[in-house]
Amino acid sequence: MPLDVRVATSMAEAAGLLSSDQRTKFLSGGTLVMRDVNEGRLLDGTLLRLTDPAYRQMNASGPRVELGAGVTMAMVLNNRDLPFLHAVARAIGGPAIRQMATIGGNLFAETPYGDFAVALLALDAQVMVQSGYGSARTVAIEEFLGARDRGVSGLVTAVQFAKPQNAADFKFRKISRVKPKGISVMSIAAHLPNSGSRIVQARVAYGAMAPTPVRARGVERALEGKSLDSASIHAAKAAALEGTRPLTDAIATEWYRREVMPVHLGRLLTGEGR
Amino acid sequence: MAKIPVQFRLNNSDRATFAEAADNLLTTLRRGLNEFGPKYGCGQGACGVCTVLIDGEPQLACLTLTVACEGRHVETVSGMADGPNMHPLQNAFMDNFAAQCGFCTPGMLMAARALLDRNPNPTREDVVEAIAGNICRCTGYEPIIAAILAAAGARGEKRA
Repeated sequence: MPLDVRVATSMAEAAGLLSSDQRTKFLSGGTLVMRDVNEGRLLDGTLLRLTDPAYRQMNASGPRVELGAGVTMAMVLNNRDLPFLHAVARAIGGPAIRQMATIGGNLFAETPYGDFAVALLALDAQVMVQSGYGSARTVAIEEFLGARDRGVSGLVTAVQFAKPQNAADFKFRKISRVKPKGISVMSIAAHLPNSGSRIVQARVAYGAMAPTPVRARGVERALEGKSLDSASIHAAKAAALEGTRPLTDAIATEWYRREVMPVHLGRLLTGEGR
Repeated sequence: MAKIPVQFRLNNSDRATFAEAADNLLTTLRRGLNEFGPKYGCGQGACGVCTVLIDGEPQLACLTLTVACEGRHVETVSGMADGPNMHPLQNAFMDNFAAQCGFCTPGMLMAARALLDRNPNPTREDVVEAIAGNICRCTGYEPIIAAILAAAGARGEKRA
């Protein structure tokens, strides 16, 4: 039986349909699922679309940001309350992809894609997941990404995170071999809030350095409680590879990723050009 | 499975067709509506050759579900010319030798049009960003960038 398409008008309806039928696949922006359709990897079952306006709602004016999972990269770029995320959204595809690709979809993008999820991991985001017709539950993004490959039951409705108090505390860099845009050799996001001149609650995340975006706990430990100076950056670079499991793919080998990661981490932390 | 009726505006004309539930817009345009402007390149969203405007915004027809276009306005490269008068971008592409094999040109033109519709006076950096999702394997991009900047200049002169 060929693919069918259903339209849900509310998030509860979509979550109910997803939970009740394993053969139903959710179509958010289409940049991942339609590839599978075009390449014959998805031949039967149901594609589920959602027209609920709440799915694309943005609440970014206060200290706590909530972005509907259907918010696109273009919407993030056009939002003046999210300047710290503009470089992240701009790093994803060209303008046409950014009109389509959604935050929710990016959480499911397989490595080496998923650069926005890397930024959300560094921001310690919470993922709202609705299963069945009940209310949404909140899952820490690290837990969500860790469990992602075992299958997510239900619908990702939104992400929430605290806005960095100072935009300069948030740093992001995507390393690609193609200019101006290409697939990630790796991406790095760091949220380094300051108290006095000391870093508190450092969060550093990598993309394309493991099967899913991962936190760089060694780097976080090296920076915690320190000021961002040459000694702490040296220590961070020395700990850069802790917990990484990079893959070899068409973009880079596992060896190359390991070799260049400390260099790019150092550049991110010092703010050096490429 | 029965085909689904779909109606949308295509280059300012109301069009109706039937599509399979999971057909992408590119398939519907080329096979259902004989609109051969957008090309099939990669089917993955990597090459940009199927770029169209949907309600004025650039999107990739190969990754867009046809049934999601119901009631919307789809614009392709075929709708750029005004009768015998080519769009300034098309003229600029010719004048600047911005097409060699020409396969990327429909997508490049639509990406460029989306840029100029929003930003009539782009910088070179804006132009590079606007075509960042479109691959050209012939020109090395420089003639395309020059053409888009020239078209922006020509539009500015026309307004003045």
